[in-house]
Amino acid sequence: MVLRRLLCALALGCALFAPEKSALAQADTASLIQALGEARNYSELEKAVDALAATGDSAAVPALEALSAGALYTQKLGGPVRIGIERGADLVLTDPLTGESAGTEPAGGYERIRVNNRLRRSLRGAIGALTLLSPKPEIRLAAAQAVYKNRDASALETVEEALAKESEPRVRAALELARAAIQLAGEAGDDVKLAALEIIGERGGRESLALLGQVSANASPAVAEAAQIAVQKIQASLRWWSILQNITYGISLGSVLLLAAIGLAITFGVMGVINMAHGEMVMIGAYTTFMVQEVIRTSFPGLFDVSVLIALPLAFLVAGAVGIVIERGVIRFLYGRPLETLLATWGLSLILQQAVRTIFGPTNREVGNPSWMSGAFDIGQISLTYGRLWIIVFALIVFTALMLMLRRTPLGLQMRAVTQNRRMAASMGIRTPWVDAMTFGLGSGVAGLAGVALSQIDNVSPNLGQGYIIDSFMIVIFGGVGNLWGTLVGAFTLGVVNKFLEPYAGAVLGKIFVLVFIILFIQIKPRGLFALKGRAVEQ
Amino acid sequence: MKGGFLLRGLDRSGLIFLAIVMAVGILVPALNLLVPPGNPFHVPGYAVSLVGKYLCFALLALSIDLVWGYCGILSLGHGAFFALGGYAMGMYLMRQIGARGVYANPDLPDFMVFLNWKELPWYWQGFDQFWFAAIMVVVVPGALAFLLGWFAFRSRVTGVYLSIITQAMTFALLLAFFRNDMGFGGNNGLTDFKDILGYPVQAAGTRATLFFASALALALGFLLCRAIIRSKLGKVLVAIRDAESRTRFLGYRVEHYKLFVFTLSACMAGVAGALYVPQVGIINPSEFSPAQSIEMVIWVAVGGRGTLIGPVIGAILVNFGKTYFTAAIPDFWLFALGGLFVAVTLFLPKGIVGTMGDWSRRMRRQPSSTPPDPTVKPAE
Amino acid sequence: MNPDMMTRTLLYLDGVSVSFDGFRALNNLSFTIMPGEMRAIIGPNGAGKTTMMDVVTGKTRPDTGHVLFDGKVDLTRQDEAAIASLGIGRKFQKPTVFESHTVWDNLDLAIEGARDPVSTLFHKEGEERDRIDEILGIVRLRERRHELAGALSHGQKQWLEIGMLLAQNPKLLLVDEPVAGMTDAETVETADLLREIALTHSVVVVEHDMTFVRDLGVKVTVLHEGSVLAEGSLDHVSADPRVVEVYLGR
Repeated sequence: MVLRRLLCALALGCALFAPEKSALAQADTASLIQALGEARNYSELEKAVDALAATGDSAAVPALEALSAGALYTQKLGGPVRIGIERGADLVLTDPLTGESAGTEPAGGYERIRVNNRLRRSLRGAIGALTLLSPKPEIRLAAAQAVYKNRDASALETVEEALAKESEPRVRAALELARAAIQLAGEAGDDVKLAALEIIGERGGRESLALLGQVSANASPAVAEAAQIAVQKIQASLRWWSILQNITYGISLGSVLLLAAIGLAITFGVMGVINMAHGEMVMIGAYTTFMVQEVIRTSFPGLFDVSVLIALPLAFLVAGAVGIVIERGVIRFLYGRPLETLLATWGLSLILQQAVRTIFGPTNREVGNPSWMSGAFDIGQISLTYGRLWIIVFALIVFTALMLMLRRTPLGLQMRAVTQNRRMAASMGIRTPWVDAMTFGLGSGVAGLAGVALSQIDNVSPNLGQGYIIDSFMIVIFGGVGNLWGTLVGAFTLGVVNKFLEPYAGAVLGKIFVLVFIILFIQIKPRGLFALKGRAVEQ
Repeated sequence: MKGGFLLRGLDRSGLIFLAIVMAVGILVPALNLLVPPGNPFHVPGYAVSLVGKYLCFALLALSIDLVWGYCGILSLGHGAFFALGGYAMGMYLMRQIGARGVYANPDLPDFMVFLNWKELPWYWQGFDQFWFAAIMVVVVPGALAFLLGWFAFRSRVTGVYLSIITQAMTFALLLAFFRNDMGFGGNNGLTDFKDILGYPVQAAGTRATLFFASALALALGFLLCRAIIRSKLGKVLVAIRDAESRTRFLGYRVEHYKLFVFTLSACMAGVAGALYVPQVGIINPSEFSPAQSIEMVIWVAVGGRGTLIGPVIGAILVNFGKTYFTAAIPDFWLFALGGLFVAVTLFLPKGIVGTMGDWSRRMRRQPSSTPPDPTVKPAE
Repeated sequence: MNPDMMTRTLLYLDGVSVSFDGFRALNNLSFTIMPGEMRAIIGPNGAGKTTMMDVVTGKTRPDTGHVLFDGKVDLTRQDEAAIASLGIGRKFQKPTVFESHTVWDNLDLAIEGARDPVSTLFHKEGEERDRIDEILGIVRLRERRHELAGALSHGQKQWLEIGMLLAQNPKLLLVDEPVAGMTDAETVETADLLREIALTHSVVVVEHDMTFVRDLGVKVTVLHEGSVLAEGSLDHVSADPRVVEVYLGR
């Protein structure tokens, strides 16, 4: 607050000295840079910075940036100001204006020009203002945004100047916004402020809200009222954004749940096998990713960005193979005895967990994100990471592929035949044991795929699968057993519901509510959202 | 009348079992208290607590067997009933600490003072009275089971669906009890107990009494289960296990029977939990973890479901193995436990007692007689 | 049918339809059974015979139509247990007895009496001993009373299930394919047994075996595609050209 007052005062000072401006503008940028080195205290330094900013000469930017970074030096015995980079006890020097090398000299002869936080702030504004006139639109845009964030009153004139020349619409919009922000924070007249309010109100967002929140303190009633209205408008639009954000995050969570549950939708939903070791198939997929990355790190560092793509087929095969071994070794002896299957597969899950713990250790293993999966982007007020986006896309691809596989391939046809009428299928020459093994392998392999995706957003530890098993069963049952569409809808519904509950109830309580909700839901619709009907299912 | 009801199911094997349980219940504490340390017959104090813990697990296994072995309801949430009984007892024990806690607050347990709570939450009222806590030990798990069962059985949620719902129930409770603002001590649970009914919990005499109480509870639980399965109601339960819809067509309201036996079983589990807590000195949310509940089921499977002696033997054997292995070769225990799940379901579906029963019947070459044969038919 | 007639019927089905995923298992089915009557129901596979029994015993709810028992009770509003308690007993197509119970216990479970948990918990053995003994005699299982029902032969299981029906002592017996898998001699004996039962009870028999239906010598209803195709004596329906076409002929 105090800082803002000071800046306002400074702006006022600039306005008073306006007649001198033309003279200052003509002054040599080089001598102004030299003045930076001659300042005796922070306030003199600040005046020098403002003077540089007022020139509107973008050639001064490197010097200001160096000053901000603490890399601008002055010679102890007098002489030109230099940008210096420390190398041992020496400084590699360059000319701040021309960028030409000025040789290497011992650091002892130079003194760093010190800056404090307040100065850094006005430096940012000054740099922003100067780069506003850069020939590159990208830089101008970034500069305009920097000025908007900084709201340094001294930048106002440069902004006006830039606006007069600007032709690119998005840069213009950013500049107008920056101007409005400065005007609003400054001491302009009511009509100017009202116009500024309108622009900021249009822009919306949390930042504008914060900006507007500071207006009413020292403004005329008319401005305060307009600000109030703008705040309400922004809040209303923010409510919509927050709903949209909940939906987006919910879909993101839903796609994770879908990935975890979709393998189960095959083994439990289609085959009716209760595989409590399903989560461990996911875990195996995640550890396969870890192994792939280890090999790449040590032998083929250049392939790191495609490590996940290499891991996908491998994880499918590894988890699928483990699944087939489990089906042939244990589950096939337990068909028709679901409760026993549940217990035996639980035992298998304990063994798999402990095996992984013994081999890889009990702690989290580091799985890296390839560059195309790191970072985030904004849509309006929503920020989404690329990792999350890819997982949504990936979940939908896996879902579609499974759908096609079940409906369009001979294996899919045989699977459906065996699950609908085992004896009839067998008597038509379908090798039912083979189909059982393949179906279970498919479900497990898909769980392995999920593991690759989850390794990107979750801790890769032996307990990875445990966190998903109950959720997965809930989703398959909620959506309706034996129905892949039900699993899709179930996963996204629960994801979205969870995200909507979280702000009110907190993450844990939200999860408890969802669990209780599903428990109650199953009482009302024991066969899930999309129930199969008919005599066969009533057996 | 009630005594006659309890005793009517007694036969030779039942009497032998009861005699053994009561002998253990008297001998172990006696050897601990009366025989001086150093004497080879002396039972050390830690062993009394350990075996006492096994007896509570045995009662818990019995309660699971009643619903699973005889009525085909595989509950994966009995750990929740056990833990709720334990928490009810734990709350009583916390209130008994009084002003002796670290913060010396006469009313509030330490963790509430730590959380800056000003007064006791309403659901902690009354737990300073033993009789009230004792009622809650039975009522709370029973009420939860009744509520869940009333919804689930009425809408005919059966088989694995029911198992998964019970698992979700205990998972939800796990998450809830982990929260500090639930008022049950969060992560740390309830511990640092001092007195029970005015006697110090740690004292040898108290330990011996608790041990005897556990043995007595196990004996009574056994008698009760025996009487139930020998009654016509027991026959209906087995009928429901083997052919649920056929039982309906005979005019039996299956949901009422299931509700009765599920609620009763939850009450038994609650009692087991209440006896467990003062003997181990702590109750925390980990008792609610789904893995814990599934582990309980394997005790029953190992011993032999559908027999009453089997689960008791299974609970004691598995837990003895757990105590031994987790101390000797910790990494091996989960492999052993996992292998046990697989091996029992594949090779020993009737459990130890059921398989031995088959052998002895074959040896005598005599067709099986009146006691219902525990089969491995799944409940559909 | 006039209301007076309706109240005198034991079982009254009117316009009953059931469909599963678009497949119409019952299509506007209507027929009546009078008290004391014995009726045979025949029809090709998929004619809706078992679904009809499911509807009457409360296993399946009809989409439309009325099912009245004793002229007054709407069966579509009752569940299986309530319908059984009203006095409708059912023998399943595939014999379903409690395999891990003894023959005696099977009958003990079926015998008339209170069905609530409290009564069964404090139930005293032996009150119905004579009645069970008598039924064991009727279904010829006296020698095997202490054996597990699972150990019985297929035919014996069928008879045990009929014995359980007798023990229930219902007003109406629904008997689904009682002689499937029986030898000729057993079939004849079963026909005799059912005729004897029909003296004191109303019986509906669903059967494929024409000789058996002829042995019963009762009114026949032919079902086809979920509705009644023909009704009358076996000779009468056998002469019906539509019946010949869909069922008897081929």
